[in-house]
Amino acid sequence: MTRHFDAELKDLKSGLVAMAGQVEEMIDLAMAAMVRRSDALAEHVMELDRRVDEMEIALDRACIDLLGLRAPFATDLRLLASSLKIVPQLERIGDHCKNIGRRALILNRQTQVLNPDYFQRMGGAVRGMVRDAVDAFLNGDAALARSVIAADDTVDELHLKIFGELLRLMIQDPLCIERASHLIIVNKNFERIADHATNIAEEVLFILEGVNVKHPYLRQEHLD
Amino acid sequence: MEIDDPRPVAEPLGRLSAAVGTPPTPQLRLRESPLAITDAAVLGAPPVLEVRNLDLWYGPQQALFGIDLDVRRNSVLALIGPSGCGKSTLLRCLNRMNDLIDGVRIRGQVLLGGEDLYDPAVDVISLRKRMGMVFQKSNPFPKTIYENVAYGLRIQGERDRRVLDEAVERSLQGAGLWEEVRDRLDQSALGLSGGQQQRLCIARALAVRPEVILMDEPCSALDPIATGRIEELIFELKKEFTIVIVTHNMQQAARVSDFTAFFWLGKLVETDVTERMFTNPRQRITEDYITGRFG
Repeated sequence: MTRHFDAELKDLKSGLVAMAGQVEEMIDLAMAAMVRRSDALAEHVMELDRRVDEMEIALDRACIDLLGLRAPFATDLRLLASSLKIVPQLERIGDHCKNIGRRALILNRQTQVLNPDYFQRMGGAVRGMVRDAVDAFLNGDAALARSVIAADDTVDELHLKIFGELLRLMIQDPLCIERASHLIIVNKNFERIADHATNIAEEVLFILEGVNVKHPYLRQEHLD
Repeated sequence: MEIDDPRPVAEPLGRLSAAVGTPPTPQLRLRESPLAITDAAVLGAPPVLEVRNLDLWYGPQQALFGIDLDVRRNSVLALIGPSGCGKSTLLRCLNRMNDLIDGVRIRGQVLLGGEDLYDPAVDVISLRKRMGMVFQKSNPFPKTIYENVAYGLRIQGERDRRVLDEAVERSLQGAGLWEEVRDRLDQSALGLSGGQQQRLCIARALAVRPEVILMDEPCSALDPIATGRIEELIFELKKEFTIVIVTHNMQQAARVSDFTAFFWLGKLVETDVTERMFTNPRQRITEDYITGRFG
């Protein structure tokens, strides 16, 4: 039986995917602004954040309306409850991109301190995680969601590697401390985007399987 | 929100909600909900009613197939499913009301406190005193409010006015009706509103101190306010009684019950703790029914 509610949920998912598309574009722009040292790209990514914020408000409203008006159960309930949690994850990714853009504007006026390849790699990795998390949501792909969660460790390692390199540079040349400090924050921004992608993937698994996979160490403690 | 300010770490979750049964996949069984929606004492309570491999036929037509179901003491069990799935038939098996229908044949056991209701030695009248019933449509007798509530005790032979007075007041209080009718107990029950009449019927069932109260769509003819009062009443009643309720209203089943059993084509498809049944049922057909995709 086709339900009117199914069309509404489809619209909601479309809205969420559109918001995700916007933040994926912001990640590309933020990464390019850093690598190419482009003020124009940095300013553009900062402008796009407003659109993401507007989408957050609209999607929040849609989720609350559907929860209130349709009183959903089971998968419908899980989809709506998790959408309410995925939307702020996307919004935070937008914020991180905006912040990277802001740092890029400062760094673009100073001598380059770190090989841009580092952020090309970091940006590419987190971009892939966000894309996969959104694809897993859209296509109901639990295996893909699990691969996103697994990929977070790789990004964490890369984050530590870049951090170590920046520390090394600062020790070597104290005059670069200000520039390197900005880069430490940019590095953290990228790492946090990966965390948000992981959170989205966890919500996708909750939607698909009704299983809360957060904080696996708690499950291990319980089993012990 | 600016991003260099870390958001506060979420508060630890509160009380545990004990999980029962074997989960379909490994999952976190601690801290499932901070609400403790289903009381742990109810989850661990012994069964007061046990249905064992119950089959029922209306003439040649089999209507129930091998039903196995426990009803735990001081819990509310909701029976849900589409029309004709057998849930009301099962409810009527629990107090042997199907005995009144020609051509009904029953095989299997229904144990109340370990005693088989279908044992030929069981006195059906005394059985029904242990199993109060509330129907879809309120059915007060054309008598006074007082006599409606006292009726069950009177036919049991109770004549002591003081005993009857106490039972009437206690039952009307139990049904949340006392304050509304205490000054007009001698007036006709037929003058009460639909919601009041239904609560009067609940009071009538309570008067004989049953162990189990069976409710067959008790709110389907009531407005939302009267429905809300009955649902609140169910929360109160389960402290003292065990309740089995048939309802077509999914929200009502989710709101009032501790356990839910889903029936389809005379079979018990799935029974589980209500909070799990309405968030993550095990069977696809249950999911389709409670989300309205059925059919």
